[in-house]
Amino acid sequence: MRLTGNAHRFSPDDDINTDYIISGRYKFRIDDMNELAKHVMEDIDPVFSKKVCKGDFIVAGRNFGCGSSREQAPRALKAAGVSAVLAKSFARIFYRSSFNIGLPLIECDTDSIRAGDRLTVDLDAGLVTNSVTGESIQTKSIPRTMQVLLEDGGLIEHLKKHGDFALE
Amino acid sequence: MGQTIAEKVLAAHSGSDCAAGDIVVASVDFCMAQDGTSTMMIRELENLGFEHPKTALGMGLVLDHNAPCPSVEVARVHLRIRGFADKNRIPLYETGCGVCHQVVPESGKVLPGSLVVGADSHTCTYGALNACSTGLGSADVAAAAYAGKLWFKVPETYSIIAEGQLPDRVGAKDLMLKVIGRLTADGATYKSVEFTGASVASMGMDGRFTIANMAVEMGAKFCPFSFDEKTSSWLSERGFSAGAPVSSDPDAHFEKRFDFDAADVVPQVARPHSVDNVCDASSLRGTKVQQAFLGTCTNGRLSDLEAAARLMRGRTVNRGVRFIVAPASRTVLLDAMASGVAAQLVKAGAVFVAPGCGPCVGTHAGVPSDGENVISTANRNFKGRMGNNRDVGIFLGSPETIAASAITGEITDPREV
Repeated sequence: MRLTGNAHRFSPDDDINTDYIISGRYKFRIDDMNELAKHVMEDIDPVFSKKVCKGDFIVAGRNFGCGSSREQAPRALKAAGVSAVLAKSFARIFYRSSFNIGLPLIECDTDSIRAGDRLTVDLDAGLVTNSVTGESIQTKSIPRTMQVLLEDGGLIEHLKKHGDFALE
Repeated sequence: MGQTIAEKVLAAHSGSDCAAGDIVVASVDFCMAQDGTSTMMIRELENLGFEHPKTALGMGLVLDHNAPCPSVEVARVHLRIRGFADKNRIPLYETGCGVCHQVVPESGKVLPGSLVVGADSHTCTYGALNACSTGLGSADVAAAAYAGKLWFKVPETYSIIAEGQLPDRVGAKDLMLKVIGRLTADGATYKSVEFTGASVASMGMDGRFTIANMAVEMGAKFCPFSFDEKTSSWLSERGFSAGAPVSSDPDAHFEKRFDFDAADVVPQVARPHSVDNVCDASSLRGTKVQQAFLGTCTNGRLSDLEAAARLMRGRTVNRGVRFIVAPASRTVLLDAMASGVAAQLVKAGAVFVAPGCGPCVGTHAGVPSDGENVISTANRNFKGRMGNNRDVGIFLGSPETIAASAITGEITDPREV
């Protein structure tokens, strides 16, 4: 799978928690992910939802998605058009939930990527190409378990398809 | 090679001889969700053609984050959860029962050696009961309820040893903030963490719940404590069995070891806007606070209320401070009423809100005003967490530090009042 879009960055970009991705102010009362998408990242970038275009990437530092288990976080990012998140590392619950709902997460060195850079992510080859700088970045390979979930369209579709866990 | 608690619990629940790094499918004993995460789980379960939970001890749904209900929109969410619980005969813990992470242990659904998942990140709290429990997203919890099992990566384990004894007016919260300050917000990501040492052995169960609760603030997956006479008494006093206690083998492999001297710990505070931004409470003297909050799944238990009440004795809340108390459960509230602790706090000027999450997550019961500081016993101080991101600073500390600060109107080391 190849994905192409523009990079969005935040400052500071380590430990971006799920409260920042979607605030409790909204997530408890809004059930429609397209409505929630209008408030995504609002507490650290109030205009993000207006800037983001379908296919774009969030690019961050360490421990992206820490904090609350709210699955609205990856769902609202996906509804906002984000096609993948690239970060140096991810928090555990967010990591599982994102693949469960079909949002790929890419672990790689993100230091050289600037806001607005045009990126192509080749999930199979494990390569990010930056068409602005010309640089290629090797990504960590996506674990087999997560690849299976992505291919099946998420955890629930996986269970419906196989009637059980078939992760090997 | 010996095994850690996490390896043993996942091995027993998967029927395999697993070790750290392995992927296993393990049977899950109990699962739960709260009012902020249930509707997505319900949607997934309906999509799967769910009939009843296949987890050994079933599941529980808790209305705690937004209860009593603050708006028409949330009322609809609660209605949907009630309808699903009724239809599928799933125990529902209604408005006022308390925070999920107090209500679930009080209901006897978590026993030593169990494997529990919950659609709330602080599900790791039940580690205090010698269980392996962890927070997950709604889809994972739906899968566990539907299949009665779930896939897990067997985690590596960190050993945290706190020898010595915590000084007077220094508690489990201070020790845990000290640990998180050293390990940082992602210092234990995906790890199981085992706390041992003299301070932990002499610590009451409420303190162990506090520590296990905050393990996720450094990224941890499980935080199982050893089973001892304190665990045993806590369970037997409530009429619960001792389950299947698990302990690490003497030759178990710990990926890392961290040593702390409990006697050296002083009151700690996490400053805005991250939990690992920790300093000594005394260094913040002069920092005004307009709201003090005692409660949550971290510090809303009876011994927390008692600790605050001891400090408030003969004193009153500063006139510039709103002191809000949310007991962690109805049982905690009743116990605090019976012992006189609740009356003592109210007489000193505290405002009690319903047992539940209170103002922790910013949707009701005490949203701060622009530019205000809050000192809270909660586990998170992210920007905007309490419902207002306009220059609001949230500081986290122990019940004693919150009480001392409520008295003086500024962040105060409780040993100085």
